[in-house]
Amino acid sequence: MGDIQTKATRLAYGEALVEFGTNENIIVMDCDLSKSTMTTLFSKKYPDRFINTGIAEANMMSTAAGLASCGKTVFASTFAMFAAGRAYEQVRNSICYPKLNVKVAATHAGISVGEDGASHQMIEDIALMSVIPNMRVVSPADAVETRLAIKAAIDIEGPFYIRLGRLPFPIINDENYQFELGKGVTLRNGKDVTIIATGYMVSEALKAADELKGQGIDARVINIHTIKPIDEEIIIKAAKETGGIVTAEEHNVIGGLGSAVAQVTARYAPAKMAFVGIQDIFGKSGKPAELFEEYGLTSKDITFAAKGLLK
Amino acid sequence: MLNTTENMPLLSAYIRKSVLDAVYNAASGHPGGSLGIVELLTALYFKEMKVDPKNPSDPNRDRFVLSKGHCSPALYGVLAERGFFPKADVKNFRKIDSYLQGHPSMRHVPGVDMSTGSLGQGVCAANGMALAAKLDKKDYRVYSILGDGELQEGQVWEAAMFAPQYKLDNLCIIVDNNGLQIDGDVSNVMNVCSIPDKFRAFNWNVIEINGHDFNEISAAFDSARACKGKPTAIIAKTSKGKGISFMENIAGWHGMAPKQSEYEQATEEINTEITRLGGAV
Repeated sequence: MGDIQTKATRLAYGEALVEFGTNENIIVMDCDLSKSTMTTLFSKKYPDRFINTGIAEANMMSTAAGLASCGKTVFASTFAMFAAGRAYEQVRNSICYPKLNVKVAATHAGISVGEDGASHQMIEDIALMSVIPNMRVVSPADAVETRLAIKAAIDIEGPFYIRLGRLPFPIINDENYQFELGKGVTLRNGKDVTIIATGYMVSEALKAADELKGQGIDARVINIHTIKPIDEEIIIKAAKETGGIVTAEEHNVIGGLGSAVAQVTARYAPAKMAFVGIQDIFGKSGKPAELFEEYGLTSKDITFAAKGLLK
Repeated sequence: MLNTTENMPLLSAYIRKSVLDAVYNAASGHPGGSLGIVELLTALYFKEMKVDPKNPSDPNRDRFVLSKGHCSPALYGVLAERGFFPKADVKNFRKIDSYLQGHPSMRHVPGVDMSTGSLGQGVCAANGMALAAKLDKKDYRVYSILGDGELQEGQVWEAAMFAPQYKLDNLCIIVDNNGLQIDGDVSNVMNVCSIPDKFRAFNWNVIEINGHDFNEISAAFDSARACKGKPTAIIAKTSKGKGISFMENIAGWHGMAPKQSEYEQATEEINTEITRLGGAV
């Protein structure tokens, strides 16, 4: 465990903005959280193109829409709770309905926010953002994927929601990794059971696959980084070729990755499924590692669920 | 900008007729607030703003955001009158096969610069447009009309902090101060108190006018353009339902379509006005 490299996806985001944000038409906005969201890196390099609205998330989203209507590519950042929660309707009506070129890049998603507690632990954002027409929802698994996802968001016109974490995540992709919006990635092949994960839980899924292998169970591991538009083909294949699907996300089991995958299988290839995630309860303060244990978000929970499917 | 000897009162009467026709034919819509802002919109689109109906996406155009988006009948009326789309289409307002959406949609309607309808969002978008001009060192101006009830939305005050911070002197908002909202007088429902004082406290340039007087409107826009370093808020006293006798100053006409007999009476009043001003019915 000691030699696994880790890096926070929010840090990768901040660096990617500097690396790829050279075009004069790229604007980055924040709500007084730039030292946390890491948009501060962009603000130091390109101060004229960094706009701080202060603690005013609704304003940020609608102002971003106005900028985008005049040809700007806008990244709008704050914590996931405030981006997808507080400013939901502005994202929906100002940005998504007119399909404007704004990328909502939200950090501190999930329970790994830790000590700040439930008010800041956003476990509904995938659901909220996925259910808006015209919105693309991306949840990168590590820093490598985040960097490429930001580049893709710049290159592809229209609304994006990009879900980033607070903590360093294990790096699971190498420097040859290619990101393609809407295409899931098979990290491990397997025929007994499939684990489909997103974000932080992808690294836990890989650990679970190792645990299952030790018990003679051959697990396929798929990283779904794009919740919407979701890769139906990779899911249908897994449903048909393996004995069941466990989904794993740092999100409520209602409305997130699990629901999105279930909708695909129910429609095209009904499969036995289990859902690892927050079981529709609020989080609480604690150390992230302790919270993952208590809320059932570890590789052991995935392993347990996978074995349960195969009984 | 057009020839400023346009007969502004006559144009306003034509636009009022469009508002009435749109809402009546849809049996749905917001006549009261729409009628109240007709002079303001006429002045904007026929005198003040640099727009070209043949080039609605010109990146150097002046922009307008109807933050009180429910007054779309008035916006569509002035856009049609100005030539952005056929006047004949106005009577298809809100119908399922028409592009004229109930609230302004920039993806459906030529000449609409921002989709609005949910109060408070438009003025923030207007800030974004004005900021874009500053960033690009372009000299286009941005205008937005808000309702006085709309000032109850907190997001408006976020915008009010933002514009002076970013020195958006190319932004001019107009508050349609008709004193009414759906549930009655603004002062009774949720008093917004002194609107000019509020905007002055937020460090805006503030001008108070009669929102139906073309001379006062014109002078206010001149003053806004001359003001450097600060955005301008024009607080325009208006009558909700202006131009139709039985609708004036009545909260109930906020979102109600006229019945046939009311439509006929209103049409007669507007036609009389059009004829009086030398126009054709």
